[in-house]
Amino acid sequence: MMVPLSWYMVLSLAVFTIGMIGFLTRKNIIVVFMSIELMLNAVNINLISLSHYLQDLRGHILAFFVIAVAAAEAAIGLAIVIAVFRNKATAHVDEINEMQG
Amino acid sequence: MISIGFFAYFAFAIVVLSLLVITRRNPVHSVLWMLLLFFHIAGLYLFLNAEFMAAVQVIVYAGGILVLFLFVVLLMNLREEMTISKYVGFGPTGVTFALGLFVVVFMSLGSFVAAPPGQYTVELIKQETHIQVLGKLLYTQFIYPFEIASLILLVAMVGAIVLAKRRLKS
Repeated sequence: MMVPLSWYMVLSLAVFTIGMIGFLTRKNIIVVFMSIELMLNAVNINLISLSHYLQDLRGHILAFFVIAVAAAEAAIGLAIVIAVFRNKATAHVDEINEMQG
Repeated sequence: MISIGFFAYFAFAIVVLSLLVITRRNPVHSVLWMLLLFFHIAGLYLFLNAEFMAAVQVIVYAGGILVLFLFVVLLMNLREEMTISKYVGFGPTGVTFALGLFVVVFMSLGSFVAAPPGQYTVELIKQETHIQVLGKLLYTQFIYPFEIASLILLVAMVGAIVLAKRRLKS
């Protein structure tokens, strides 16, 4: 008996929501970045399960590119964290307000 | 029946581990829970007949990105982290928006209509192996996106070096 596709979509949606909650509520910038990775992983689960159920490999290709972009994003983002930490000596998102946003 | 049991275990573990990731006070603990989470997601990929994606998940995420996170965590002042609040002031608003998104997308999932199935059946992938099928597709039909991905990685590498490098006194 096969697991229905909608279960995978609900799982992916739950992980995406948890990642979004972490992104919007946490103060530590490293955990904020980890929440972004969580959201990207939720999208990957969705892509690969759809790819399996629709018998099409394009979902795998797209997930592959998502992983590549996530690696690039993590490298750039953590470099920005290091630069901010060197200038401000803080890793809390509510204390970084140079742009007056 | 057994597949439903497997899925139930993986789904439960993934949700619980992601909750642990975003609620731990110590970022090192978050990173370690995330390591376990990535292994479970790789298990789910194996369950979906995507063994190459499971391998890439373990190698790139667990082996590469998380090590990067652990290195940067070492920069932080953990003693200060233990004493202050871990949530920002507008946290409840963010939770409300995220749960609203969950409800809206959950209600719209019912109207999802799947496309007609394509040519890559499980038997074909088993017969030709997943990596070979994926490689053929990646190097023929998706060669331009593949090259662009390599360019993105190059830009990320140069950008990370430029950003993290200490400014030279001129």
